[in-house]
Amino acid sequence: MESLEQIKIRLEAAVPGAKLEILPNESPSGQHSLLLDNAHAVALARFLRDDAQLRFDYCSNMTGVDWPDTEITSKVKVKKVIDGVEKEVDEVTKTARPGFLEGVYHLYSMAMKHGPLILRLRTGNRKDQVQLPSFTPVWRSCEFQEREVYDLFGVVFDGHPDLRRILMWDEFRDHPMRKDYSEPDDYEYEPTPHDDVLEKSKRHQAAKGTL
Amino acid sequence: MIEEGLKNELAKQGVVLTTLQELYNWGRGNSVWPLSFGLACCAIEMMAASMAKWDIARFGSEVFRPSPRQADLMIVAGTVTKKMAPQVVRLYNQMPEPKYVIAMGACAISGGPFKQGYNVLKGIDRLLPVDIHIPGCPPRPEALLHALITLQKKIEIEALTGPNRPRHLDADAPSEFPVPQFGEHDIVPAMNPLLWKPTQVVR
Amino acid sequence: MSVATESPAPRNYEVVPKTSPEGSELDGELLEVAMGPQHPSTHGVFRMDVVLDGETVVKLKPVFGYLHRNHEKIAENTSYLGSMPYTDRLDYFCSLTNNWAYALAVEKLAGLQVPERAEFIRVITAELTRLQNHTSVCGFLLQDMGALGTPLMYAFREREKILDLFESLTGARMMCNYMRFGGCRCDLPPGWLDRVRKIVGDFPQFLDSYEALLNTNEILLARTQGVGRLPRELAISAGVTGPMLRACGVDYDIRKVDHYGIYDRFEFRIPLGEQGDVYDRYMIRLLEIRESLKILQQALKEVPGGPIIDPKAKLRSFRPKVGEAYGRIEGPKGELGFYLISDGSPNPYRYRVRPPSLINLTILEDMCLGQSVADAVVTLGSVDIVLGEVDR
Repeated sequence: MESLEQIKIRLEAAVPGAKLEILPNESPSGQHSLLLDNAHAVALARFLRDDAQLRFDYCSNMTGVDWPDTEITSKVKVKKVIDGVEKEVDEVTKTARPGFLEGVYHLYSMAMKHGPLILRLRTGNRKDQVQLPSFTPVWRSCEFQEREVYDLFGVVFDGHPDLRRILMWDEFRDHPMRKDYSEPDDYEYEPTPHDDVLEKSKRHQAAKGTL
Repeated sequence: MIEEGLKNELAKQGVVLTTLQELYNWGRGNSVWPLSFGLACCAIEMMAASMAKWDIARFGSEVFRPSPRQADLMIVAGTVTKKMAPQVVRLYNQMPEPKYVIAMGACAISGGPFKQGYNVLKGIDRLLPVDIHIPGCPPRPEALLHALITLQKKIEIEALTGPNRPRHLDADAPSEFPVPQFGEHDIVPAMNPLLWKPTQVVR
Repeated sequence: MSVATESPAPRNYEVVPKTSPEGSELDGELLEVAMGPQHPSTHGVFRMDVVLDGETVVKLKPVFGYLHRNHEKIAENTSYLGSMPYTDRLDYFCSLTNNWAYALAVEKLAGLQVPERAEFIRVITAELTRLQNHTSVCGFLLQDMGALGTPLMYAFREREKILDLFESLTGARMMCNYMRFGGCRCDLPPGWLDRVRKIVGDFPQFLDSYEALLNTNEILLARTQGVGRLPRELAISAGVTGPMLRACGVDYDIRKVDHYGIYDRFEFRIPLGEQGDVYDRYMIRLLEIRESLKILQQALKEVPGGPIIDPKAKLRSFRPKVGEAYGRIEGPKGELGFYLISDGSPNPYRYRVRPPSLINLTILEDMCLGQSVADAVVTLGSVDIVLGEVDR
């Protein structure tokens, strides 16, 4: 398989105007991923599927990731003169990163037997701009998995033929796999040493005054 | 009433004395037909119990009925999710009296390992009256057989008349229970307060 | 003849004229049936909303979620090791392959090496799992065709023998919780390999009698051949994996493609089908059992000694570096993958299971359209789903 850089160059040539970015992965798995821009995503996906050298005909895994609003702290060593002596001091910069939802696709090729190529798509935010283009017309295997991401994360896939809730019931309003979801409180009494359940139970009983 | 000693003595001589209650309960206890109704992992052990190695037929319960109308016993074998809970209650309501419930496995008892799940009902006894609980994840087929024998013993001593008579002989006792509805965040109601009351912690 | 000239006796009733099935009076009457979640033949709490024109399926929508146990959410609030017992409960027929897939993903994430002895034990347990899964599936499939009892009972008899092996190795029949990151939990009990050799040696005899009983059965042939056909291109695009994909003739087995574990040391074939119908899927599973037996026989020849877990592997306070990994194995149902994102904390930031059963159901409607509803049941049976994995 070509390297991710080569694929990126070829994609940029094939789909003019496409903005691509390689997201590095520092873990020993070394599975780096490619961030696509939403406007050209479907055209890029079609190229990846149909290109004679790549032929990613099989989208194995599709899932969502929730990244809430957060502050990224980065430490930079800065030379400063303190009390007349030059010292290296850690300067901590905090940058607020707005939250977004992410769709992750793992592609393999059954014809060429290579892979994985990891694609990522990002929504504008977590509230009102939660649209992503659907890859179901390109790879049918995304159909149920995108429905699952819609159900559990609340990502709306444009172009999906049948976007309904899949695991929870239709009347359900929440998106339980988001990090800020809190489940219904029905932990009345728990004779359990399980820390989290016991904590939830105590909180419930304190609120109801039954402790 | 005949004393127990005389009755045993006569039985040794080949004379069996019984009461209508004993005969009726003996017949019922040894032909408990379960609903063939599997929810999750425990259902596989339930099937294993019905296969050759454990052979639930020895206890008169091999006739797994696919229809609730023909079943006496509901084995809640597996995790009851909130999406499935209305169906479980509806199936129970469709069963004719007398009917019994075995909660098989940790999930059916309390939610088990999946207790913290947002879609998991924390024990089927919040919605249905449970006769026998079997712990285990999953319980072995022997444990299911033990639960069945325990249920048979329970059936054997049921009085036909009097204030302690079972629910199916009491016209005023409920035989159906409200089916929960799907709400926006949870099922409504999440539990039946007539059946299940939160345990009061006494310290 | 006098009999012929006699006028017929007057009728006391009126004859209702016969209608032909093509008659216009039957047109447009569609029947909607919700099969499941409590249905004797839908393999657990699976539901199909079927629209029928007479007996013919014109629309079929699978409905999921009746066993959605929030495995992923719970795993994101638990340590890496804490999720291992939950993986047993995904596909509760094949807990050991689930363990392996999860362990493999974490090993990729943390860069752990598995000792050789542990690799052998993994292969042996995984292939035993495949053996008992495929045997049971064939039994269930035949039960869906109306063979109530016998084939499933034979299958479970053999399955119990393998479960006894698992029990003496791991302490549990079904929920083994055996593999660990970088190896296995405990070493083999004494005499265990000899017991495996005995069961592996006896298995072909059972398989021969099983096949002799069933493979030429006319009902089986009539109910499976040409039923639930899946075109090759659709299968690839829909991400169908496992025996279902190979029944369509696509040579794709992750044991051969990824060479994970030590599968490249063993000689085995990948059985391929042609038509992609229920019959092919049934035959592929039987052939895969034979190939698994081949692998087992090679692996059992010489299991090396040594440690069973990477000494670098930490079970408690295990914190992989920031990053992500996707690990996949060829499970008995298809490609079982785990996708993990680590943020450096003891819990995975994102934990995702790629469930083969769910994705193999994507094309259930395509396979069932235009067939009779009884064939839809058989087609579903041939997909080999386990709801614990479909809904997670």
